[in-house]
Amino acid sequence: MLADTITVVFSAAGLLFFFAGTAGIIRFPDTLSRLHALTKADNVGLGLLIVGLAFQAPDWQSLGKLALIWVLALLAAGTTAQLVARSALSRRAPQAGPPAPLDEP
Amino acid sequence: MTELASNGFDLVLAALILGAAVFAMSVRDLFGAVVFFIVYGVFVALAWLRLGAIDVALAEAALGAGLTGMLMIGAVARLARNTGPHGEDDSEEEAQPPVPSATPLAMRIPAMLAAAGVSVALGWAFLALTPAAGLRGPVADNLGASGVANPVTAVLLNFRGWDTLLESVVLLAALVGLWSLARDQDWGLRPGLRQHARANGVLATFGRLLPPFGLLLGIYLVWVGSYQPGGAFQGGTVLAAVWLLVMMAGLMPPPLVTSLRIRAVLVAGPLIFLAIGLIGALAGTFLGLPPAIAKPVTLLIEIALTLSIAATLALLVLGPPQSPLQLPSTPAAAS
Repeated sequence: MLADTITVVFSAAGLLFFFAGTAGIIRFPDTLSRLHALTKADNVGLGLLIVGLAFQAPDWQSLGKLALIWVLALLAAGTTAQLVARSALSRRAPQAGPPAPLDEP
Repeated sequence: MTELASNGFDLVLAALILGAAVFAMSVRDLFGAVVFFIVYGVFVALAWLRLGAIDVALAEAALGAGLTGMLMIGAVARLARNTGPHGEDDSEEEAQPPVPSATPLAMRIPAMLAAAGVSVALGWAFLALTPAAGLRGPVADNLGASGVANPVTAVLLNFRGWDTLLESVVLLAALVGLWSLARDQDWGLRPGLRQHARANGVLATFGRLLPPFGLLLGIYLVWVGSYQPGGAFQGGTVLAAVWLLVMMAGLMPPPLVTSLRIRAVLVAGPLIFLAIGLIGALAGTFLGLPPAIAKPVTLLIEIALTLSIAATLALLVLGPPQSPLQLPSTPAAAS
């Protein structure tokens, strides 16, 4: 019963973040700020959702799978956001070519 | 209470599927339409999950949404590269950032009407069917003789192995058809565009981090297909995605289309399947597997099929061999 309540609370918080992220994608003016909304808000939302679901996990393997899903989603979202941002920047200034490495990952 | 919740979830999911389909057809911009198609595929995979068809859900998510989506994004990019914003052919012109094409309304309305018509006809036909028990009983009765515990795998590779053999041949034929689109002077080259990933950049790092997990997941999906949802197509698609990622991150060049090794891998699946079928024909039944050796033989067929499917799907996404001078190097290609 307590686990169910905790799950509902965390999932609701996660959904709030997803909502905020979606509102950001729709309302922000350009690609780079939209990417901010997409990655930051959605990843936190996913993390909260997974923490909420973790309280429903029956054993350690399910917990491990949930954590792995979160890590992989973070990796994929971060990588694609970087690539989209780089493409948006170079599209903005096609004469300059790809920007100098201002952020060496 | 939980029944209300699950009915509510199903209704919302059905509305989302219909909404995604309508948006996919009514969005003017081609790239947006493809994105909505991928979203539609993900929702349909959830619907399969709700219906209890987990193997189909896996296949829909991997192939229907993932791989088909990738193929269509590549097609839209190619279309944008060869035509200007208004549809005229200017492949001779100077490089411009690729503009996604737009479909005129005159082409979208008949497509929407046709899709709606097919949906209504299918729905009416489905509702007019009398409920039947299906084949669950006979499959369960013969499951022991098939050597595997997952009824879907038993049907795919044993009871209806003929269909799966034809499917794998069709995939190979699609790849041959795609390769036949190459120009004569490009024939010996590597398929697809040159990848421009920076050596220590984000994509290259991702391409080094993900493949171990991807390989593990792909092999696991094939292995576990014997007794739980999984199988050759699902595992093969994951492996294809891993290989594509490694190639796109610049860590490995695509193979030459004339390479004998890649041709052997492509043909291995259908060939081994066919060979086992013919050996069975000599013993009495084409594609018949005697229960005593059914499990190892099924596993052999699955492994060969997985390798072929992975190679074929990855090469399908890459496209025909192209000379690098043919395409303008857009800044957007650099990552």
